Amino acid sequence: MFNLYLLLGIILVSLLFYFFGVNKAKKLNLQNNKLHSLKHYYGFFALLYSLLPSLGVYFIVTIGDDILFANMIKSYIPTDIINSKDFNFTIALAQINNSVDGLIFGTPPAWVTNAANIWKSWIIKSHIITSILCIVTSLISGYLGHSKINHNFRSRNAVEKIVISLLAISSIIAILTTVGIIFSVAFESIRFFALIPIDEFLFGTVWNPQFEGAERAGSGQEGLSQYGSLPLFAGTFLISFIALCVSVPIGLYSAVYLSEYASKKERAFFKPLLEILAGVPTVVYGFFAALTVAPFLRNSGSLIGLDIASESAMAAGLVMGVMIIPFISSLSDDVINAVPQSLRDAGYGLGSTKSETILQIVIPAALPGVVASIILAVSRAIGETMIVVMAAGLAANLTGNPLEAVTTVTAQIVTILVGDQEFESAKTLSAFALALTLIIITLGLNFFALNVVKKYREQYE
Amino acid sequence: MSKNFLKPADATAIVKKSIKKRRAKDSRLKLYGRFAIGLATCFLLFLFYTIFEKGTPGFFQYYVTLDVNFDKERIDPKGDLSDNSLFSGDASKIVNEALFILIEPKGRKEKKEAKKIISSGKDVRIAKMVKQNPNLFGTITKVKFALDDDIDSFLRGYIKRETPENERRVNDNVIKFIDKLNAEGRISYDFSDYILSGSASGNPEMAGIKGAFVGSILTLFVCLLIAFPLGVATAIYLEEIAQKNKITEFIEVNINNLAAVPSVVFGIMGLAIFIGIFGMPRSIPLVGGMVLALMTLPTIIISSRAAIRAVPPSVRDAALGIGASKLQTIFHHVIPLAMPGMLTGTIIGMAQALGETAPLLMIGMVAFIVDVPNSVVDPGTVLPVQIFMWADFAERMFVQKTSAAIMVLLTFLISMNAFAIYLRKKLERRW
Repeated sequence: MFNLYLLLGIILVSLLFYFFGVNKAKKLNLQNNKLHSLKHYYGFFALLYSLLPSLGVYFIVTIGDDILFANMIKSYIPTDIINSKDFNFTIALAQINNSVDGLIFGTPPAWVTNAANIWKSWIIKSHIITSILCIVTSLISGYLGHSKINHNFRSRNAVEKIVISLLAISSIIAILTTVGIIFSVAFESIRFFALIPIDEFLFGTVWNPQFEGAERAGSGQEGLSQYGSLPLFAGTFLISFIALCVSVPIGLYSAVYLSEYASKKERAFFKPLLEILAGVPTVVYGFFAALTVAPFLRNSGSLIGLDIASESAMAAGLVMGVMIIPFISSLSDDVINAVPQSLRDAGYGLGSTKSETILQIVIPAALPGVVASIILAVSRAIGETMIVVMAAGLAANLTGNPLEAVTTVTAQIVTILVGDQEFESAKTLSAFALALTLIIITLGLNFFALNVVKKYREQYE
Repeated sequence: MSKNFLKPADATAIVKKSIKKRRAKDSRLKLYGRFAIGLATCFLLFLFYTIFEKGTPGFFQYYVTLDVNFDKERIDPKGDLSDNSLFSGDASKIVNEALFILIEPKGRKEKKEAKKIISSGKDVRIAKMVKQNPNLFGTITKVKFALDDDIDSFLRGYIKRETPENERRVNDNVIKFIDKLNAEGRISYDFSDYILSGSASGNPEMAGIKGAFVGSILTLFVCLLIAFPLGVATAIYLEEIAQKNKITEFIEVNINNLAAVPSVVFGIMGLAIFIGIFGMPRSIPLVGGMVLALMTLPTIIISSRAAIRAVPPSVRDAALGIGASKLQTIFHHVIPLAMPGMLTGTIIGMAQALGETAPLLMIGMVAFIVDVPNSVVDPGTVLPVQIFMWADFAERMFVQKTSAAIMVLLTFLISMNAFAIYLRKKLERRW
């Protein structure tokens, strides 16, 4: 794993080169008074020259060694085991890794212990090699940088070039993250769709994943796994719909009041107050929904003779609605505020009352923004996880009845991927396929919202 | 003149007739607005009230005070105060004896029941005490022990005396003992030793948030260390250096999309890439911090860009005019002026990261870990995940402890946000 001392060592070496650089610059300055840049730029130049290559080596080696080891260990697994029919390299690797980490359950086969010992010896070797490699790299490259310094050398320009490229590289992280998300989800999804046909996944009406281990154990459940995601999406949309029924009226009326009727003081007080609702962690809402709202609904339901499930779509939806109020109220408030005063004045000039001006002039003018804020709230509701995990339950019912228990896409992803997973099983892979659909839906909504604003925005002035 | 036009007098009459209705409509709209805001505020207050009402008792628990005979031979048989020696000693037995003196149980069955009154952490407590103060040996000292969670629930009134014995988790004998202890003034209701300094535990009376709290701090530290430099660097590059072209436009689209991706997806990415491909261990704050950093990056970038954009061009022109290079202008003038805005955005991003649960569940920070993590590569958990785990437990006491943990979490979130607002008010300049 990460070697903190080595990292500190590399940084220390580069700091040394900083002082060497500054010293050299000072000496040059004494010789013939005409250096191009300020002295510390020479120091920084030497520092960056020493630090960057060795950091690069450090990260490549620390991340790469596990991958390398995994490939090298293959030759230490006996061939008869590799050739046996239920051999799975990922599982073998996990066995060896557990043994390396000291997590030994029962007596592992001799080859596992053997491979683990070899692995451990590699770790020690790799530590030594990495340390030597990094320090030598930092010394050599630092020396190279240091020797480049002479009185004709324009070190400020060189340092600035390096810094600008560092800034550019960090801006690429955003692209890398997106690529990482897409790849991590897409690969596994493709493998899932090789097992389960895509139309069965999208249009099947029964969601009943079983671990293959359970199937193999002969519990009479062979072939019972079904991966129809329709009930999950139905549940997701049902809960989102309930949430919108709460948040749209409250959010919009609040926005209208805050932007049109409220005094400055009132606005300064209530706007942040509503935004607190968005700042409360979702796990707190989940706890609130499961322990306060759901029992309350159940009790009041039984009073009037309604049978409400203890984990109902209603409880999750109501609480989620409260959570997304500020997404609608804040954004809509901003948009309504951006409508120019001249439009309102024109309305008043024609003799309309305040409410007529708002409903017939201001809101229509602000409509694209208001719609966008609602769409963003929908995408938020669809992606919300903790409230539904804690309050909506896991029963995949295909129902439109808000009083029954439903499950959602995010809740299923969490239950499938939390805890121990079976490698390569269709159940584990199905979580990635669900995540892929989730990403497509939320990004699609986001894109749609942006386009609504772009297309229908009125340009004033 | 065609008759389609109204005469002014008629028009006035029509307006006068309808004006009352229209004004009523106007005040109705205003009322709806007030009502909506009032409703939202009520939700907020009710949420906070519920948490507060449930959580405050979570900071307290019932204790029993016993006269413990600190017999050196029995507590520390090897006499070296080592863990090994202390745990092979008879500490639990001594505590039980002290209890038996007070309540006088008769027979094996009653003794067995009486032993369960005190939480199972009693020997650990004795060991801790003698380690801190070896002078205790040979004395008889009053020591407070936490009561078992069932007894605690009984004393709080959640387990009712009137319930038939076979339906209640505390039987008649135990109630008799408790009454005896109560009559002697041995039972007290005090601030809990465990909630703030204990770690995850299956015994609700000994469970605390220290492990999760330290885990949260470590995770947040990693997150800050990665997200702040990267976010600020990206913002500087996009705002000040890069030309507007296809590539920068693509970067901007990516940043906006990342802001819209559900948080659970970041967890899946962490699982697939950091744990799957890079081979990092599960459940460690380092991976958690990295995932949260990628998640908060858009927030920090967007607010930092806004802060940089708010610095007036005249500042840049002045710096460039007296011969500063482009980077000198940025680092000596623009960034210091934009710093309050950047910090505000970063704090808000960190608050978001502190409350986040779902992505951390994905990377296995949900494991049951008793030890407090010492570094970013020790397995650990974080506060929101701890709350999620506790919320699942059935014991009554966990409900209160969960609410107490939520109160701690909310306190931190609110103070972070308040600090951000303060910073913005105090340092931000209007040009």
